Amino acid sequence: MTTKRRDFLAGAVSAAGAAMTPDLSHAHGHSHEHDHDHQVVPSDPTLRVKALESLLVEKGLVDRAALDALVDTYEHKIGPRNGARVVARAWADPAYKQRLLTDADAAIAELGYGGQQGEHMLVVENTPQVHNMVVCTLCSCYPWAVLGLPPVWYKSAPYRSRAVIDPRGVLREFGLEMPEDVEVRVWDSTAELRYLVLPERPAGTEHWSEERLAELVTRDAMVGVAKVAPPAKGVPA
Amino acid sequence: MNGIHDMGGMHGMGPIQHEKNEPVFHEPWEGRSFALNLAASAWKKWNIDARRHQIELIPPADYLRMSYYEKWTERLVELLVRRGLVTHEEIESGKPAPGSPKSVPPLTEEKVAVFVAKGVPTSRNVPVTPRFHSGQRVRARNINPIGHTRLPRYARGKTGTVERDHGVFVFPDTNAHFLGEKPQHVYSVRFSSRELWGEQAAARDSVYLDMWDDYLEPA
Repeated sequence: MTTKRRDFLAGAVSAAGAAMTPDLSHAHGHSHEHDHDHQVVPSDPTLRVKALESLLVEKGLVDRAALDALVDTYEHKIGPRNGARVVARAWADPAYKQRLLTDADAAIAELGYGGQQGEHMLVVENTPQVHNMVVCTLCSCYPWAVLGLPPVWYKSAPYRSRAVIDPRGVLREFGLEMPEDVEVRVWDSTAELRYLVLPERPAGTEHWSEERLAELVTRDAMVGVAKVAPPAKGVPA
Repeated sequence: MNGIHDMGGMHGMGPIQHEKNEPVFHEPWEGRSFALNLAASAWKKWNIDARRHQIELIPPADYLRMSYYEKWTERLVELLVRRGLVTHEEIESGKPAPGSPKSVPPLTEEKVAVFVAKGVPTSRNVPVTPRFHSGQRVRARNINPIGHTRLPRYARGKTGTVERDHGVFVFPDTNAHFLGEKPQHVYSVRFSSRELWGEQAAARDSVYLDMWDDYLEPA
């Protein structure tokens, strides 16, 4: 998949570069106000971003070490493991689950999470009767604080366009067949509320520790496009 | 604006491409672009609504062709120039204008942890009277503003039920254009899928949208 996507991007970028050559060549004279109908697309994002970073650092607008720290934070510290711990706690502790469903911000903060794109959280619970899934049709809103940065598919046109009009078809594409008597609720997070799906706890996990439970919880289950699979048979309890 | 970004309900976008074990960033430049966007936002020369709107202003063909972080990069360039932090000449030359003063970055390494942990809440603790209440039938207004809005086209003119009041939040339609925060209540509104999409939709299914007070009228 990665290769496919890169090939596509490389093709798109070189096509864009070729189409945009005239713009780039007279870029010095172009007026910003009149630029929107033929926006300059850089031929090489690596160079474009590198040049921008150098300029902003040189002007004292950004601190390079802060950029490193931001990348490190979202590559290594904030990700779906955060959300998995929240879900596991909710499964293991009914009082916590109650707090999570009524005041998600406070309950999530108990585990030390919150902040950027998790300032206003809501948790929606999957049950045998109700299946919740989350989308942002207008951009890419996603609960960073508990799930990290969104995957490409979540931000992509196919998911954003179809999740609201054909949620069952989308779920089928993820391998999830929804029975007719299950109510599917799609949360289009177009405002500042960020949604986390509390998946159903799989059978066969009674008496499991929170740590073990958290290992089962996937990002996709917390977006609502998957269920948490029961533990593989033969795994000692 | 009725832009390409407003994708809910469109057909023809192809299958969902789910990548197993996807990295957070596919290339180092994506991470740098992401970080530059966050670090530059610390100047508070723009807000999250202006950031979103700047992406919507990317022409539709480019919007569909560009990757996510390419859009972030171009959005940042536009905002930096629009809000006077850099000039076009500096972007094109890659060098600060001769004699321009050097600033002190508001976000330094040691401030990153707090910056991330605090976030930027958009709720406002001001008394505003809600016009609607839980259980009330409401209609999403049929508005087609040329500027920024968070009322998707597919919901306009449709009828739903207020399920809860989230409290008071900044209003994107004005805030994106630096015309003030106009704080107002945001409600979770349930629309049945059949109301939105007709008989082809499953009878029990629904879409929940968070709607600002100004987007709604009594039904």
